[in-house]
Amino acid sequence: MNERAKSELKPVVNESGIEVNPLYTEEDLARSGGTTQIGLPGEYPFTRGIHRLMYRKQPWTMRQYAGFGNPAETNQRFKYLIANGQTGLNVAFDLPTQIGLDSDDALAEGEIGRVGMSIDTLRDFEVAFDGIDLNKITVSLTINGAAAILIAMYLAMAEKRGYDLKQLRGTAQNDILKEFIGRGTWVFPVEPSIKLVGDTIEYCAEHAPRYSPVSVCGYHIRESGATPAQEMAYAFCIAKAYAEEVLKRGLSIDEFAGRLSYNFNIFGNIFEQVCKFRAGRGLWAKIMKEEYGAQKPGSMWLRMIAGGGGGGLTFEQPELNIVRGAYYALISALSGAQTMALCSYDEAYTIPTEYSARISLRTMQILIEEMGLTETADPLAGSYYVETMTNQMRDKIAAIMAETDAEGGIVKLVAEGIIQARVSAQAYRMQRDIESGEFPKVGVNRYRNEQEEEHPVEFHPYQEEDARKQIASLARIRTERDQAAVTQALARVRRDAGTGANVMPAIVEAVKTYASVGEITQELVKVYGRYKEPIRF
Amino acid sequence: MKPIKVLLAKPGLDGHDQGAKIVVRALMDAGFEVIYTGLRQTPEAVARMSLEEDVDVIALSSMAGSHLHFCTRLKPLLEADGLTDKLWLIGGNLPQQDHAALRELGFKGIFPTGSKLDAIVDYIRINARMA
Repeated sequence: MNERAKSELKPVVNESGIEVNPLYTEEDLARSGGTTQIGLPGEYPFTRGIHRLMYRKQPWTMRQYAGFGNPAETNQRFKYLIANGQTGLNVAFDLPTQIGLDSDDALAEGEIGRVGMSIDTLRDFEVAFDGIDLNKITVSLTINGAAAILIAMYLAMAEKRGYDLKQLRGTAQNDILKEFIGRGTWVFPVEPSIKLVGDTIEYCAEHAPRYSPVSVCGYHIRESGATPAQEMAYAFCIAKAYAEEVLKRGLSIDEFAGRLSYNFNIFGNIFEQVCKFRAGRGLWAKIMKEEYGAQKPGSMWLRMIAGGGGGGLTFEQPELNIVRGAYYALISALSGAQTMALCSYDEAYTIPTEYSARISLRTMQILIEEMGLTETADPLAGSYYVETMTNQMRDKIAAIMAETDAEGGIVKLVAEGIIQARVSAQAYRMQRDIESGEFPKVGVNRYRNEQEEEHPVEFHPYQEEDARKQIASLARIRTERDQAAVTQALARVRRDAGTGANVMPAIVEAVKTYASVGEITQELVKVYGRYKEPIRF
Repeated sequence: MKPIKVLLAKPGLDGHDQGAKIVVRALMDAGFEVIYTGLRQTPEAVARMSLEEDVDVIALSSMAGSHLHFCTRLKPLLEADGLTDKLWLIGGNLPQQDHAALRELGFKGIFPTGSKLDAIVDYIRINARMA
């Protein structure tokens, strides 16, 4: 690009802090590092995708986030989504479940079944997945603070129904470090929380080797105010922290790295996001191979759900979110994601109705069926712009990772609230920029409607009755179960937590006695204590 | 005169604190003294801190739908502590149909998603210490 022509234009800098040129040529590409990292789909460094044929062989999994009320209701919604062509389940739990409280806990009052399904015991999992073939549909559990318990319940439920755990697939979110940054469903302090993640990875590597026990989330860090480059950099730092935790137990990297997966966000500038994913894939492969000595290609794969986009959706003119969702889905498809989910247009107001969830699902199906996105792997490869920006994003992400390490590492920075303060300061600046019109948002600071509609979306009703039913069901289970077995199992949970042993075998045994999420959490709290949030601005 | 003092609380189990933290920064930039509680506050904790810290404004940020439930429990506690002369505010994901009930419960300032930061700041500046 002619420097003089460029100097006449107002500079454009993307959210990650990289200047965007009005034109890219071979020279820009050469200057950014050239073509050495491009390679081929299915080959190291996997910039172009982790599989050779990508969507030509199999389109991405469609996995809308769903769950509300009691397990029976959620079971109905799951079956509705499956009947409409959804190919994976992504389970939402209510807040009490997410932070390890039973439905009859005083703190759970008013929150039971509100933002997700309520789970107290294994019985609830049996009801929630009744009639759903766990070999045909993979299930992702969006659970973090109580992940060890819910993973144990899922495995126990599958085993009870006769599935071979060695073949069972599925995912748990189980990324606690990001919960301290955003989302907030932590329970235990930082150190034992990481130890628990290590326990689940180690346990699954041995007992359920095809199950993905962790999905490291850049997603919520981005929602909390991180730039796209920070989103990926912090996620990689967090994944490395978990990997270190498992490596120190004597497992080799190839015994578990292939089951680590990721969850990233898709709102924002199309090219910045696509290049973020292509860059991230190459960088993660390099980290796994060069830093950790991984041998298996699967250990180097950046397997991901790329979806959501909530941070880009608006309260104003909510129907425009259907359009945004379609562009976000396009980003995900152009980025080679394994799984996709979209926030629904009404999510700035309420949890999605069946109607809005179906629109999200159909949005993805239109991309697969009508738009030609599954025919060719990594269709943007070779563009001077895309390859240059991919190189620049890779450098940027690597630089943020190096800075994070130099500042003492992600675990320390999260424990002290430094990352939280940093991303929240950025979120504040972005909000100011949106309110001033500096950062354009259609319907918000451009093309506003004079009069917003008063009731633009249909609200999903909250059923107090479901909460009462859930509490009654828990009371019934407490009287029906073998209490001696429960007491003994809970004592073992506490003992194993105390000795520092892997607590998963004890938790699996406990859930099989119908010990509840709250009871098991209590035992762990006695040993680990509770997290205290650092307040830092 | 001492700066206006605001308690900003995250009620209940909701973990969405991005908005609350943005508002904290806006209020600090406006020169107010702000006490941010962090997540998972009970009604009892909000009332206790409001009293102990002798704040002028009691503000809640609720994103996960339990605002009516929480405010219904908080109101008698604030009344019992003699905090009815303070300015009670609530912001977040607050459906239009709940606004009348929130006002009835004593929450004079209601700032649903989409509210401007400066609108919150101005409202506090005008209405705090007015009762």
